[in-house]
Amino acid sequence: MIDNIDAVKLLDSKRGNAVFVATMNANNVHFGLPTITSNEKLDFPISGAMSKASNVALGLALAQPDRKIFCLDGDGSLLMNLGSMVTISNTAPKNLIHVLFNNKVYAVTGGQPIPGAEKSDWEGMAKSAGYANVFSFDNLEDLTNGIDEAMAAVGPVFIHLVVKPEIENTPVQFRTPAKRNVHTAIADLPETLGVKR
Amino acid sequence: MTTQEVILHPASVVAELKKNNISHVVWLPDSETNFMFQLLTNEPSLSLVPVCREGETMAVSAGLWVGGKRPIVLIQNTGIFESGDSIRGLGLDINQPLVMLVGYRGWSRHGLTKDSAARFIEHILHAWGISYYLIETDEDADRISLAIEEAERTSKPVAVLVGTEFGS
Ligand SMILES: Cc1ncc(C[n+]2csc(CCOP(=O)(O)OP(=O)(O)O)c2C)c(N)n1
Ligand SMILES: [Mg+2]
Repeated sequence: MIDNIDAVKLLDSKRGNAVFVATMNANNVHFGLPTITSNEKLDFPISGAMSKASNVALGLALAQPDRKIFCLDGDGSLLMNLGSMVTISNTAPKNLIHVLFNNKVYAVTGGQPIPGAEKSDWEGMAKSAGYANVFSFDNLEDLTNGIDEAMAAVGPVFIHLVVKPEIENTPVQFRTPAKRNVHTAIADLPETLGVKR
Repeated sequence: MTTQEVILHPASVVAELKKNNISHVVWLPDSETNFMFQLLTNEPSLSLVPVCREGETMAVSAGLWVGGKRPIVLIQNTGIFESGDSIRGLGLDINQPLVMLVGYRGWSRHGLTKDSAARFIEHILHAWGISYYLIETDEDADRISLAIEEAERTSKPVAVLVGTEFGS
């Protein structure tokens, strides 16, 4: 299993000018993107609608075809919106990299088990959904060695990561809020991307 | 074709989209918008983004919008019911100026319909504070421009209910 923060750190170190559309534990304020990001202005946290981060990333990838767009997704989230995998493969943006943080639990809500976590096969689902390239890593060493190839592959790319569950039991109202959220991102991301309105 | 007289042509709607520089139509088909599909696929200035369930449309549109494009959503009223949390979280909460063209399944000008998709839709839009326009004829099509203007001015989603099946 890969530590959540190690996975985010490694991806961030390779990002270049990519946008990170991040949700759930990948975007956790203690062990996710906000703590380690090297380019906050290109981070796009999605918290408002569970399961839709991959669709937001798809829209952004279509709008910005010359820039890599990453979606850092949760397993419970993607399971809620599995059709999105086919929406993505059908639209087939070459610049989209969909990274699944598979910790086999709903970590944000207290660590309840994900239906079918021991029976379903994310790598298989991504392949059969039609992603152009699919990778799977269950330890940091393999991920470190394989990440360049995965990131250079033609998209849509799916990267399945087996991640250690890190469970937050603090009630939502007592959690440290992230400095950057969906609202701050929407306010400044277009300008960072050079979008003229 | 239905027995209904054709009074709304998809060309009138597509002309509105072109006039407003719409770039993407994010959609899931319904019978009301079937003829539209053929026209849209032949229109080079518009990219079609088909999705697998309607709740995806507002999210894809949010990404397109932040990335500088001008998307519009095209779904059935049943799809609005399907999309509740997306409309809330990625439409209203983020002030997305999104126009949703919505096939008004079950709409009857007499106000009598057995179809709950028609009976509930306006109540749901009222509950969310989403304003809407009704189009039934070619003469109504310019309400799409009004809807786009309103969505942009108020930074909110606005619906356009399409009360007729399109004719060829
Ligand atoms: C539509 C909807 N259903 C349920 C929730 C409650 N909820 C918020 S986060 C979450 C768990 C997310 O799990 P996962 O995507 O696996 O991310 P993780 O926390 O494990 O990183 C749930 C169930 C919600 N916010 N929205
Ligand atoms: Mg999880």
